[in-house]
Parts: sequence; C-alpha cells; structure tokens
Amino acid sequence: MAGEMSSREEILRRVRAATGGVSTAEAAQAGWGAVPRRYKREGVLERELVLELLEDRLRDYDATVVRTEREDVARSVAGRLSERGKKRMVVPAGLMGEWLPQGFEFVVDEGLSSMELNGFDGVVTGATVAIAETGTVVVQNIAGQGRRAVTLVPDYHLCLVRVADVVETVPEAMDRLRATAGLATTFVSGPSATADIEMTRIKGVHGPRYLDVILIS
Amino acid sequence: MSGTALDPKTAPTFQIAAKTMLGDTQLRKNVRHATDVIQAKRARVVGEMPDWQELREAGKQIRQHTMEHLDYYLQEFEANCTRAGGVVHWAKDAEEARRIIVGLVKASRSDEVIKIKSMTTEEIQLNSALEAAGIHPFETDLAELIIQLGQDRPSHIVVPALHKNRQQIREIFQREMNLPELGEKPQDLADAARMFLREKFLRVKTGVSGANFLIAETGGVCVVESEGNGRMCLTLPETLITVAGIDKVLPRFEDLEVMLQLLPRSATGERMNPYNSIWTGVDASDGPKAFHVVLMDNARTSILADAEGRQTLNCIRCAACQNACPVYRQTGGHAYGSVYAGPIGAILTPQLQEMHHSQSLPYASSLCGACYEVCPVKINIPEVLIHLRNKVVLQNTAGVAGLFDVEAGAMKAMAMIFRSERRFRAAQRLGRVAESPLVKKDGWIGWLPGMLGGWTQVRDLQEMPKETFRDWWEKRGKNGR
Repeated sequence: MAGEMSSREEILRRVRAATGGVSTAEAAQAGWGAVPRRYKREGVLERELVLELLEDRLRDYDATVVRTEREDVARSVAGRLSERGKKRMVVPAGLMGEWLPQGFEFVVDEGLSSMELNGFDGVVTGATVAIAETGTVVVQNIAGQGRRAVTLVPDYHLCLVRVADVVETVPEAMDRLRATAGLATTFVSGPSATADIEMTRIKGVHGPRYLDVILIS
Repeated sequence: MSGTALDPKTAPTFQIAAKTMLGDTQLRKNVRHATDVIQAKRARVVGEMPDWQELREAGKQIRQHTMEHLDYYLQEFEANCTRAGGVVHWAKDAEEARRIIVGLVKASRSDEVIKIKSMTTEEIQLNSALEAAGIHPFETDLAELIIQLGQDRPSHIVVPALHKNRQQIREIFQREMNLPELGEKPQDLADAARMFLREKFLRVKTGVSGANFLIAETGGVCVVESEGNGRMCLTLPETLITVAGIDKVLPRFEDLEVMLQLLPRSATGERMNPYNSIWTGVDASDGPKAFHVVLMDNARTSILADAEGRQTLNCIRCAACQNACPVYRQTGGHAYGSVYAGPIGAILTPQLQEMHHSQSLPYASSLCGACYEVCPVKINIPEVLIHLRNKVVLQNTAGVAGLFDVEAGAMKAMAMIFRSERRFRAAQRLGRVAESPLVKKDGWIGWLPGMLGGWTQVRDLQEMPKETFRDWWEKRGKNGR
C-alpha cells in the first residue's frame, strides 16, 4: 500500500521511539568502548601447564589426546587410526601430506556429497586454534581444515593441533580468530553429546561420536 | 492437554495450572532431579572461574549497551549480512514472521524442513503454520524430537523435555519410531535418535534455525548447541532460514569472548558446549547456497520502551534462573502457559503479550532472588516482577473497574486507617475482638472467612498480640522506667 511504512522502517521507528532517537556509529563506538572488561583476558599459566590443561579438559569430554613431535606426526596418525580400526578417511584439501601415513586410504574432499561423506570411517583435519581452559579446538573453512560438512558427517574426527596454536583463554582465542571472523567457523569441544535425557551428558548423537586430538610440538 | 501449543492467550492462570501440575508427582520428581543435576554442574564450573563476577558485569553492560543502540546495530548487521550474500527480512510480529518463513520454504521447493531447537520458532508457533501450509517440520534436537513425537509441549528453555524421564522417553521412541526392542539406557535412546534423523539430515533440502547471537560487526550468526543436529541443519541443506528476535544482536565479534564463557557454564554446566557454529552470509564452498535471516520484533520494542522492563531483553536464554527457581522446581514449565517458563518467563511472557495476557505470571514467584543471583547477565528479575505486578494492579484498578475491585478497595481502606493514629488504634482494637472466635488454642489462626481465606489456604496466621508496642510504650512511660 502506498505511503505505508515497510516493516523494516516500522521496526526501526519503534526502536528509536523506545531508545529516544537515532544512534550513530560514533555514539555506538563510544558506548562500546566504555564497557568494563575486567575479566581475565590473558592467560597466566606456563606453556607446559597450558598444554596439560588442554589435555585434561579434552579428556574430561571423553576425547583422546596424544602428543607427538613434528617428525612423528604420520606415525601418531597411523597409531590413532589403527587403534580406532579406521581405514578409509576423508581429508580436506591442503592438509599437510607428510602428516598422512601409508597403509590407509585418504580421499581429498573435492565437493563430495553428504551421502558420500557419510560413507567414510572418519576425517583428519588441522585446527586454527585450541583453547585450553574450555578444551576446545576451532576449525575453519580453510586449507587443511575444510568445509563444515567434512568434520560433521563422518563419525570420527582426528584433529591435529600445533602447540603454537594452543591458547589458555577464550578471549585469547577470539583475538586470534578476529582477522578471519568471516569464515565459517566451528568450535568443537569434545565429541557430539547431549544432556537432554535427565541432564546427564551422553556422548554421541549426530556429530562425530569419537574425537581424537594429536598435539604437535 | 498434549498436542496443543502453549499459548499465553488461552492459557489458564498460573495459580490454576500450577495446582494441576503439583498433583503430578512423576513430573515433579523428574523436574527436581534434572534441575538438581544441572545446578550442581553449573556451580562446579562457575566456581572454577575467579573472574565470574567480572564476566557477568561485562555481559550485562554489553547487552545494555546493545539495547541503547539497537537501531544502529540492527542496520549494521543487515548491511554486513547482505554484503556477505545473506537476505535480511523484517517481521513486525509473529504473524508476519510465519508468513515470511512459510513463503521462503515454499520458494525453496521443499515440503519438508529440518529444524534446530529454537525458542523463537516455538514462540511464534511456527510448526503449526508450516503444517497448515503442507510443510512437514522435523525437529532434530533430541529434546524437541521427544516433544514432537510425544505430542507434548516444551517445559524448559534449554532442555524442553526436562519433565520426561528415560522410561517415558523410551516409551515414546518405541511407539513412534517402531522400535519395540529399544533399551532404556540414555545411550540407547541417543543412538535411536541418531538412526532416526540421519537420513533426514542427508535428504531434506531446507533448514530452519534460531540464533543465539547476530554479530553486527561482521554480519555473522552464532548458534550454540550440543548434539551436532544444529550443525547438520546449518550446513547440509541448500536453503537455510534463520529467525531471530531483534534482541539477539551483539555489537562485535570480540563480544563473543564474554558470551561464550557465560552461556555454556550457565546453561548446561559445561566449560564449553560441544559445538558453536559461526557463519557469515553465503560461502560458495561451504554450506547452504541461500541464506535468509528474519529479524522479528513481536513486542520486543514495547519491552524496550519500558525503562524498568527493558533489562528483560538482555536475556541470553540460558535457563539458569529456571533451574534455580523454587517455584519452577515444584510446578515444572507447563504451568506458565508459555514456551518461556520459570522466572524469565514470568517477566518475558506478559511483556511479549504487552500485558494483555499472562497477568498472573508476575505473581508466580516468592521474590527470593535466586534467579538474579545466577543470571549470567545480571537481570534483576525480582525488580522486574514487582514492576510488572504494579502494572497489573494499575490495570485492574483503572477506570470504573477499580471501583469494584475488592483488593483495591481494601488497600484504599488500609491507606485511610494508616493515615490517622486514632483510626489505627481503633482498627487494632477491632482486629483483636474480631479475630477471637477464630484463634485456636495454640495461638494460630488456620482459617479466615470469605475472600480472606485465600491467605490461610496455604499458611497459618498468628493471632495479634494482646498488647501492642504502643500500649507497652505508654505504660512504660507512666511507670517512669
């Protein structure tokens, strides 16, 4: 109808009537800057303790964590896959070839369908950052980590994390992620789980039911 | 009562509904057990955060700041989301939101949708609108699946099937999934849900979600979940439709560093929930090819306009207040007649109804303050409850109706008595005489006549003292002591 405000205009009009006027970028910026942030932003622990904290928190979620040296990554990956009985794995494009051992099948994801992804034993990826305090690995849609479906549909996720990418606190992680905030980003804290039945954490619903993390020094 | 949606417009008053619920001992046992477990978990993971109070303060101030500049941040979100390939829609109310979503699903040429748990879609009763349009919605969150298959209604913001125990869930799954042999271990039930839904995740081309946070700075959306059903719905379909209240905006990406610490610890008592997804618009190499966001008002601006009620919009839907509430823990969620139950529901629902319905909810509280104490963004719920009670009283006593309102009349009489010392003394004398036939030997009154009986229905009243303080004080003066 001619002359009638669009819903957008009407909602913005209502908001402004409620808050007492139009807000500007300058006003918003000044107000945002005045928010007190006296919570812990920087980690305080020594390096080794940060790594131990990450291991502890991941294990608390029932993930398996092992440490390895840079030259031993392929051997550690083979160890995890053998122990889990996994043979046919999908990997994102750009994952370091030297991380992948002989004797297993690794298929690079080049637009596999969801149905095809569902047929793999698992997925191997890297990670952008890991948060010790919360036992979280963060994966993004970049080389070596891949699109979101790849770390979602297969039932097993083996995640390779460089120790240099481990931070202690959530704010430190967000700081590292800020530059690539526009990428599809997933925080993974343990295997898929639910607390919907009597508030008890049950491992394994729709996402990968098994999560292994290899920490690379 | 199963099958009918929770609708504040038709729900009975809390007091009446609560009475029915109190008779359901199984429900009370389930709610008590679940809220005990979650409260203990929350206390443990909050206890290990020495900076918890500083995080709460930052959380509160970020939310408060967002509301003050909401028009700016909504437009910033819209511009950035659009630039990234998303399509932003605006809906004034539930009706418009439903119409937009149904239209988008039809345009996606799908007669099925997979859904992430979303209280906003519950608020607007989206599922019945989809079904009326010939579209089948599959709830994919375990608790929502239990609710949908059991033709039940959500009773908790985070764990909608909290009122059901494992045996009851097993019965529903056995019947609805045709699994007569299904075990009753929680793991068996989770496995059954995985089997039941996997095919739907891989097949259905349209997804519907809510949002935990809309990031103005980047145009990104953040969804926090546990099971991976959310990731499935956000990632695998060709079309994704996200509906969010306009209150869900967060100024900057960096602000997630506060919210992602406050929310999981408060909601499920975890240091971090298993999955947080953040995506921005459409990415040709990852996820849906079409992405729509529906920004919905549905009375949020009327809450924003009320200086004292506004803090209600700071809520990040963690449900810690429900778990801590001694009233909710007795009645469960259905008594609130709304998808938002517990203390936050008691303030949010009547305001979303612009005080036309749910006027009994602000009274569904003992004002003990447990909700305020656990709230991660420091919403002073008792303060808002009192503010809303005040509004309800003003409503009931406005105009001609006020002349016939017994409570208002009694309050006016009280005010008259308190204004005069003579009248006050006379009232005290009269009270002592009038109560004497009702006082039992032990000095307590267990029954009052007529409308006063409401008071003694659930508690006793002590008889008035034989001597008032004034009497005693005056006697003391005469004796010179």
